[in-house]
Amino acid sequence: MEFTLSRYRNVTVLVLVLAAQLFLLAYQIKSRQDVRSIRVWAVTGVMPLTRLLDFLHDNTVGLIKGYSGLMEVKDKNKDLQAEVAKLKMENNFLRTELATADRAKVLALFPSRLPSKSIAAHVTGRGSDSSKVVFVDRGSNDGVSKNLPVVTPDGVVGRITGVYPDYSQVVLITDINFAAGVISQKHRVHGTLKGQGNSVCTVDYIRNEEKVEVGEWLFTSGDDRIFPKGLPLGQVKLARAGKMFFQEVQLVPSGLQLGLEEVLILLEGVHQPIPDHAPPSASAKLLPPPPAEGSDGPDSARVIRGGVATTDADQVLDRYRRIGAAQGHAYGSGGGTPNFAIDPPPPRPPAAPPAPETPPQ
Amino acid sequence: MALPVARRSDLRQKLRPFLLMLAPVASIVLHIKVPLFSDYFSFLDPPLLVTVYFALLHRDAVQALFIGCAIGLAQDALSSNPIGQFGIVKTLVGYIAASASQHLNVENMVARMGFAFVFYLFHQALYAALGASLLGQQVSLNPAEAILFAIMNAAVAAPLFQLLDRL
Repeated sequence: MEFTLSRYRNVTVLVLVLAAQLFLLAYQIKSRQDVRSIRVWAVTGVMPLTRLLDFLHDNTVGLIKGYSGLMEVKDKNKDLQAEVAKLKMENNFLRTELATADRAKVLALFPSRLPSKSIAAHVTGRGSDSSKVVFVDRGSNDGVSKNLPVVTPDGVVGRITGVYPDYSQVVLITDINFAAGVISQKHRVHGTLKGQGNSVCTVDYIRNEEKVEVGEWLFTSGDDRIFPKGLPLGQVKLARAGKMFFQEVQLVPSGLQLGLEEVLILLEGVHQPIPDHAPPSASAKLLPPPPAEGSDGPDSARVIRGGVATTDADQVLDRYRRIGAAQGHAYGSGGGTPNFAIDPPPPRPPAAPPAPETPPQ
Repeated sequence: MALPVARRSDLRQKLRPFLLMLAPVASIVLHIKVPLFSDYFSFLDPPLLVTVYFALLHRDAVQALFIGCAIGLAQDALSSNPIGQFGIVKTLVGYIAASASQHLNVENMVARMGFAFVFYLFHQALYAALGASLLGQQVSLNPAEAILFAIMNAAVAAPLFQLLDRL
């Protein structure tokens, strides 16, 4: 027996180690529980070392980039010397623009415009597998908990999937395990956004008869109870009729367009109205459009349509009723289905509607 | 092809404890941080290269499989997947690489690059197979891309192994 064990010692150890890991894997899958202690050790041990790499990067690559930038500035200065007086004011203006475009400053300004309570975080590393996962330097000690939304001024970045004392794991919007409820800006069409593991996301469950346009902005709908309503997700890249009942819609996420360094974690999300204009980009600060005559604010544009207070569901119901009435179809009578592609125009609002009251949010 | 015993002894002496601790941790830090600086480096798998290096240097299958297991579990802990997937794959990589190194000359740089190339492909295939069979993950393994990345990892393995030899 002893001879056999010593002869097959390597294979025996291999089998034992593999069996132990398979058992660990099976336990996690079966019980749907994570082995949290191992993750805490790994994150706590490894993540602080990433700061060392940040330091080395900033003092090597950053130095070279800074030198390269300096040389470019020198060349530009040579060209500009002939027109110094003329371009002095323009130079000052560009410096102001550059300062405004600085992402960190935009991010610092963003929370004041955001009704949700948020906390800024720095991306310290990515996940060790091929999934779209990153780590940020805020954890349970900062009040972060699981499933909190992570955003930038440009849009949704992802949500918190793992919380450790000083760090958190964020699954990005492009990960195959990411999903969120969406609503389109123009036609208030609802769907479900899913990551694909690449730079674009798909939006599922939008019926073929519903209208989604290429270039249209999609926002969080709040249906998932994780992301508050009204956060920008991105613009539609592709929208075409699908083979079955649902459209094939692709979206380019806006939150990841300008790289990922600083993010905001929404500690307490507040639902917002879907804006009627495209969300402002991070590089240019735009004021919102002035409120319409007689309205109290942006909410009025969403709630009051044609002088009648409606919800999104009411609008869909109203549209189906109009289609049914135009084609003489009575729903529930069993006489086939009307042609939803022929959409009669909505009735005109009364000439002088009474001023409706906007319901409180 | 087998190396003289004296040469193996020299190699083992090189394996200092600090290197054994530092290299795996550094490889994992590089793996999770460098792609943030530039996405072009996301093909690089330093934890795998370090696992293969220690397996080739050690030639002790048991030690190599434990090193692979530890690196793999650390990678699992920093991923969004259940813990064990990388662990199993890297345990096998360590064991097989160490077993193979007992019969082959692994001092030659070309042979070392060949090991890195083969074990990168083995690692990717086994990881995908495990994910599909045990975790029901969608497998999107592109053979051409995998071979290209294996070549690039093998190219990186050459200077990396030389650097580790000198430490």
